[in-house]
Amino acid sequence: MIHVVKKDSPKTRDTIIIRLLAILGALLAASIIVIFAGANPIELYIGIIEGCFGNLYRFAATIQKMVPLLVLSLGVMVAFKMKFWNIGAEGQFLMGAVGAALVVRYLPNLPLPVMIFAMGVLAFVFGAIWLLIPAFFKAKFGTNETLFTLMMNYIALNLVVALQYDFWKDPGASGMPKIANFPDNALLPSVSGFNLSIAFAIILVILIYFLMNYSKIGFEITVLGESENTARYIGINITKTIITAALISGGLCGLVGMFQTAGISGALSVEITGGLGFTAIIVAWLSGLKVPFIVLNSFAFAVLLQGGSYIQTAFQIPGSVAEMIQAIILFFILGSEFALHYRFISDKKKREVA
Amino acid sequence: MEFVFFLSAAVKAGTCLLYATLGEIISEKVGHLNLGVEGMMQIGAVIGFIAGFTFGNPYLAVLCAALAGAAGALIYGVLTVSLKANQVVTGLALTIFGIGFAAFFGKSFVGKKVPEAIVTFFQPIKLPVLGDIPYIGQIFFNQSVYVYFSYLLVIAVYIYLYKTKWGLNTRMIGENPVAADASGIPVDRYKYINIAICGALCGLGGAFLSLVYISIFPVNLVSGRGWIAVALVIFAMWNPGKAMLGAYFFGAMDIASFWLQKYNLPISIYFFTALPYLATVFVLVFTSIRKRANKKEPAWLGKNYFKEDR
Repeated sequence: MIHVVKKDSPKTRDTIIIRLLAILGALLAASIIVIFAGANPIELYIGIIEGCFGNLYRFAATIQKMVPLLVLSLGVMVAFKMKFWNIGAEGQFLMGAVGAALVVRYLPNLPLPVMIFAMGVLAFVFGAIWLLIPAFFKAKFGTNETLFTLMMNYIALNLVVALQYDFWKDPGASGMPKIANFPDNALLPSVSGFNLSIAFAIILVILIYFLMNYSKIGFEITVLGESENTARYIGINITKTIITAALISGGLCGLVGMFQTAGISGALSVEITGGLGFTAIIVAWLSGLKVPFIVLNSFAFAVLLQGGSYIQTAFQIPGSVAEMIQAIILFFILGSEFALHYRFISDKKKREVA
Repeated sequence: MEFVFFLSAAVKAGTCLLYATLGEIISEKVGHLNLGVEGMMQIGAVIGFIAGFTFGNPYLAVLCAALAGAAGALIYGVLTVSLKANQVVTGLALTIFGIGFAAFFGKSFVGKKVPEAIVTFFQPIKLPVLGDIPYIGQIFFNQSVYVYFSYLLVIAVYIYLYKTKWGLNTRMIGENPVAADASGIPVDRYKYINIAICGALCGLGGAFLSLVYISIFPVNLVSGRGWIAVALVIFAMWNPGKAMLGAYFFGAMDIASFWLQKYNLPISIYFFTALPYLATVFVLVFTSIRKRANKKEPAWLGKNYFKEDR
């Protein structure tokens, strides 16, 4: 008989080879759908690359798509490290955007630097609060955080719907259910399509990298994730650690709400997340919760997103095809994880090992 | 009388949730949190409609929807059961896939009508005797056969989970796969079967929307109902009977904003669309505070089982 056994941690070279094979397999599988949609797969894949790197404007769009995904993934990762399954990034993102919009609504005349700062602070706080609620119940009563944070997404979504269609509806939009656009002093400055959020993202990557790898709280989060008993044994305050990690995780996701409203959409609306909060969970997980890989994978997903929206116009292919390609790549990569962590051995060998 | 009509509409609105929720209960009972409900409902809705539109046969349409949902669930099954992939991530990927799949294959059917033969077949039928009970008859027993089938399904799922050996084994795997495996239960086979049933039921829930609930195929049909179903599983505390009540309550909230528009209510109508999620959070918190094991999620929910770890 053939047995499956766990491997030691895989070599970097093996990881790269397996991942590349998975992506290759996914592209082959996705080609079937592309042919169905009436296009040439190879031309389409080249089109995706062109759509991302063809000129400076497209490259800027790719990077701008990477920024929210990257920061959300960092946020999600901090919680995941602790084995606290925060799948509420979508909701924290939305609440952060609400926080930013709140500043614009009630203090519309702040000078730009103060405005950006205030929006960032409130976005962080709102995102953090949205995760602190489930974190509090997790720490106190052991309430299942996966399900709780999932629900919080839809509470946030409905809140934004209510703001957009009711409380904050712009009377100047001739009946259209939308919230008034931000004034110019609440928009992130940008140079040829690259806006200030990129600088913030770079700082955050460095900050989180050092926080997770070289700080006391990073160590505590990691230990707690490995084993609650060990954490307790070496005197880590578990409640405090959960709350701190939730604060960072939710805050980072909330901050993205400011990036997107002040940097991209220029207003609060229900559409700003585009499901990125969920994609970030996938990115963080596939990156093995490691910061450098999160940077790499966020970029890869941004290429898929930007390329996907480019081929819609260039090839007259519906956006749903790009969505399916993305999902198929995910299926293949998720499946290939198995090859990284397990291997097959025969009965005879197993006895030898034992 | 208008309230009776409202409740009757709530039962109809809740039926798609009920199918999906019963499916997800079965999946979660075997320990698999499948967040692909939305995706599987989308797949079922679009395949159900395409089959119905093409063949004009209600049985065939429903069968295709169930098979399509099960096929979607099997992608999730292969990845999480055999290849031990993370359940949350795989479920989310399945949802992305399902939304893309439905948008792509549904595109050329947008604006098309449900065929006459199917509309007639799924028309509300007043049941003899039961349908004549005042109020109750109008609310529950003047509905489509698709709705009646869901009543039977609630009973069937209850019997399956709590009165059969298979159900006992299923629940044992969800609570403790190590013990289940040690006692000779084929863990993986059970997981696959239950995951596939979940997919089939989600597909049926989606097809209810495309074949019964609407008359013209729209752009985004399921639009988040899958997530309400995931919430409903928790709200119902993994109990098929409570899932039925919950489905009608959530269904009522789904249509409340439409029905309540004309009354000048002091609170926003959007409060009602958020209410299912708020109620679910409340149940989640309440059960964890009370620490009642029989009302909590299965102990191994979301965790994969690897035999050699034993």
